[in-house]
Formats: sequence, structure tokens, C-alpha cells
Amino acid sequence: MGVTVGRDPVALEGIRRRLAVWSIRTTTAAGSGHPSTCLSASHLVAALFFGDVLRYDAARPDWPDRDRFVLSKGHGAPILYAALAELGAFPTERLMELRTIGSPLEGHPNARRLPWVEASTGSLGQGLSLGLGMALAGRVQGRAFRTFVLTGDGELDEGQVWEAAMAAAKYATDNLVAIVDRNGMQQTGASDAVLPLEPLADKWRAFGWETFEIDGHDWGAIFSALDAAVAVRGRPAVVIARTVKGYGVSQIEADPGNKFHGVPLKADEAERAIREIEGA
Amino acid sequence: MNIGARIGLPIGDATRSAFGDTLAELGAEYPSLVVVDGDVGNSTYTERFGRRYPERFFNVGIAESNMVGVAAGLALSGHIAVTSSFAAFLTCNGFDQIRMCVGFAHTNVKLVGSHCGISLGEDGPSQMGIEDLALMCAVPGMVVLSPADAASARVLTRQMIAHVGPVYMRTGRPKVPVIYPADPDLQIGRAETVRQGGDVTLVATGLMVAAALEAAHDLARDGIEARVLDVHTVKPIDRAAVVAAARETGGIVTAESHLLNGGLGSMVARVVAREAPCRMGFVGLDDTYAESGKPDDVLAKFGLSAAAIAAEARRVLG
Repeated sequence: MGVTVGRDPVALEGIRRRLAVWSIRTTTAAGSGHPSTCLSASHLVAALFFGDVLRYDAARPDWPDRDRFVLSKGHGAPILYAALAELGAFPTERLMELRTIGSPLEGHPNARRLPWVEASTGSLGQGLSLGLGMALAGRVQGRAFRTFVLTGDGELDEGQVWEAAMAAAKYATDNLVAIVDRNGMQQTGASDAVLPLEPLADKWRAFGWETFEIDGHDWGAIFSALDAAVAVRGRPAVVIARTVKGYGVSQIEADPGNKFHGVPLKADEAERAIREIEGA
Repeated sequence: MNIGARIGLPIGDATRSAFGDTLAELGAEYPSLVVVDGDVGNSTYTERFGRRYPERFFNVGIAESNMVGVAAGLALSGHIAVTSSFAAFLTCNGFDQIRMCVGFAHTNVKLVGSHCGISLGEDGPSQMGIEDLALMCAVPGMVVLSPADAASARVLTRQMIAHVGPVYMRTGRPKVPVIYPADPDLQIGRAETVRQGGDVTLVATGLMVAAALEAAHDLARDGIEARVLDVHTVKPIDRAAVVAAARETGGIVTAESHLLNGGLGSMVARVVAREAPCRMGFVGLDDTYAESGKPDDVLAKFGLSAAAIAAEARRVLG
């Protein structure tokens, strides 16, 4: 059974780097996958699972009162698997099975095969609706769990996200927190070139959400925003976390065309990237 | 509704109404039952549940994609989640969410599509669910129900809620002929023989069961005794009943208020081709949309009638 590390930045950074390294190692071994989207979310995922945000016990994935985490950006699966393994859900060695036949560590999360995964995702834009359903279930059942949904920014192109945003505001689900990994990139290039999202915070506000904008690689900002988002009453909350796609790996960070989307690093690139992450 | 009138079938409730009444009754029996509506609860009649259990009823607006996702989220948290809209909007607008969040995730979501087929009439093709059976049969693990009348809709609604796993049920807009007495002994997955006969089998679903009975009546005047099977469960199809029909009567005609591509006829033909080849005929929409008009006129113009079924049977008997 792994343990959370609280909010000590040094300890959290250690965990974060392990999650980042796993994301690179496993996708390189698989020869496919989306490491760069894992890296942009690495602080957010580490904070949620290891920083005393999620009330979660990896030994009891069916605990009815557990907080829910929905990875709407399902292509970020490797870092979710890494977090679950580091929490003790299953042995970390198994992470290297990623994307191999017979393994439940599929390319995108499959909740039927991996009980710690709350929802099967991979078709972008669906996670917020699922999270809203979970939040409504918490209300009907009188349970105090919270639901956190991590979306990409590119997937906000999907109209369903805004259907869900309106419905959550109608039902005033203050037990629902959306987190947008605003890494600014999607498959074919910059998000704001593909389909302009700005003014993004104003959009969420206009849809009735309490809105926080932060640097998604700043521990203090992340915890302040998540704590405040959880404390909001009477409406749902969203944290727009500005991040860097491929954070911590200069080769990916420096790529303005996002050509590493859905492309694993080659073996030698991966070794360099891991040294860079571990030595930073 | 003219269908069934010539053979004295009385008109009963619409299947959507029978579903709505039963759903409201089941609210007491199943405290975990919740309903998600796409702002058509007074058409699908889920509002009858909503009036009784407002804390378990969520109208998320005219947004079927989100509606299906919300239902799946509720189901993932332990609820039996019913979600309903017109068959066309639910299954077409919500299809990717049905694929991912209901089928692939295998959640305990009950999808109910009203205004199925072309019998809704005047509102026209944009409102008609004529692809729903094909789409829902394509989803792995989905049970697909298509009740013929109000009594069977009540029984199948109960069984749908008791069933664990994804189910789609189509219901219709108009009041339809009575096929069954109250509380018939039906079972998901078991086709009902509603008329005995040894010369040919009319395999029908939904409103077309009444049309098939009427066709059987007409065929009998020419000495042809047609068996009529009500396939209220299109998937999983009752293979034994289809095979028996093929072997015992030697010819099968399917009838559905749906496109021929991918509906009941396709399901039956696959069983027949594999297990008991026989001559077959098909009544349904042949690669076409319908048009606005009075339900009887629309059904007649697009060949969803007793006359069309009887003609197809005669062709099969050759």
C-alpha cells in the first residue's frame, strides 16, 4: 500500500518525477502513446492523488464514499496508471505492460478491466457529463464524496462539455470540480489556432462556474485553487491550470508544432528525457 | 390507427404511455432508480416518474450527449439510470456516448427511445426513429426491446429495470392495437408465438405484430396458415424460435417499422442463413426516409401494412 506524501513540495516533486518518468518509460516501451499530455498534467495528478486532495484508498476501489477522479483526457492514461501503481493499487512493475495484449493497462482507461479507474474514457468531451452524474448520485445518496474531472483544453472543442457545464450549473453541484489542463496544444497544433477558446475563464464564469486560473506547475497555486474549489458552495468550480505540454522535457517543450502528440520518445530520447527530469 | 381494426383488435394505450406509467410505479420498488430527461418528459412520459420522485429526476435540457453521459455517471455510482428521448435523438445524437459510456463501459443504463418508426406520422422524417434498432443492435452487450402493445410494454419495462446491464427499449407515439391480455407471461429474449400456423412465419416486432396478425387473417382466407412471432426482444434474438419457424414452416417474412438495413430482418436473416436456410421476405423501409402524413397514410405509403406483409408472404411461398 503506497502512501500520500502530504504537501511537502520536495516529497511531492519526487513523486511527480516518478510519475513523469513512468509516463515516458512505459510509452517508449509500448512504442506508442501520449507522454507529452501526461507531463503537462503531472503536477495536477500528483497533487490530487498524493497531496491529500482526493479522499481515496487504493485498497478499496469500491469504497462508496471515495472521491471520484475521472480522466476525461483519456490519452493521459499512463500517468493515471502510474499514480495508481505508486499508491499501491497494483505493482509498479506491471506498468511496463502498458498497451500490450492481455493487459488491463489499455491505451485509454477501461474501467471494466481496471477497478481503480472510475470511467472508461478516450472519446474526448465525455468526462464532465460522467462526473456530473457521479456528483448527482452523491447528492441523491447523501454521500459527501467529491468528483474531480481532469479535462484537456483541446477537448473543450466538444459541445458536450458545455452541455454538461450548463447542467452542472443548473443543479448547483458544488461537489464537482473540473480541472482543465490548459497546455495550449492539441493534435494538429496550438489549441487557440485550431479553435479559439479564449476568453476561457470568462466562458466558464458565464456558464455559472466558480473559476480559478493558476500556473499548473506551481504547487502552492495548485493547492490553493483546489482547496478553494472544493470549498465553493452552491455552484460547481473549475480550475484552469496553465501548463506546458511535455513539461520537464526540453525536446518536447521546445516543439511549437506539437509533433510529439501521440508519439512516444525513442529509446535514446527517453533516456535523455529521464535524466533531464531526474536531474532538474 | 387502422392497423388491426379489420380483425377486431381493440385500440389500447401507446407503448410510451405504458412505459411511463410502469416506470412511475417502479420508483417505489427501486429506490436506486433515477431518470434523466432531455426535456421531452411529457412526450416520453418519464414526467410521470418525475412528478412522483422529483429528487430522482433530472431534466438536463435538449442535450442528448450529456444526458447519456450523466445517466452513465449515475449508473457508475450504483443507480439504475433510465434516460429517454425520442428514439431518433437519443440513439443518433447520443450514439458515441451510448457506445462509450453505456456499451463499452457496460453500465446499468436503460435507454428508452420514444416515437419509434414512422407511425408518429405528421411530424415527419426528422422525428422518426428508423435507425435505432440497427444502431442499438450494433452495441456489444446491449439488449434491444421493441414491445408490440401496452401490456407487453408494461411487462418489458419491469424486466428491463430488473435486468442488470445496458438495455434499449423503443416505444411508439400512437395508441396501438391490443395484442396481449393484461400482464402477459413474456420474457426478455423469448419470442412469443401470437398465432399458430405451419405454412409460413411472419416474424414481426412492435406495431408490425398487429399488421402481421391482420396479414395472417387475410392469408388464411386463401388457405395459408401463417404463424406469427412477436420478437419483442430483437437482441438477443430468440434463435430457437427463428430456427423452429424456418424448419417447421419453410418460409419467413420479417416486418418492422424501421430500415431494412440493420434491423429485425438482418438479425433474423443471419440466424436463418447460418442455422436453417429457408426462403425469406422483408417488410420495412427499403433504404428510404418516409414523409409527413397521417400515421395510417404514412404506414400504407411506405409499405408497412398487412397488405405488404401478405404480398411478401405469397412471394416467399412462390
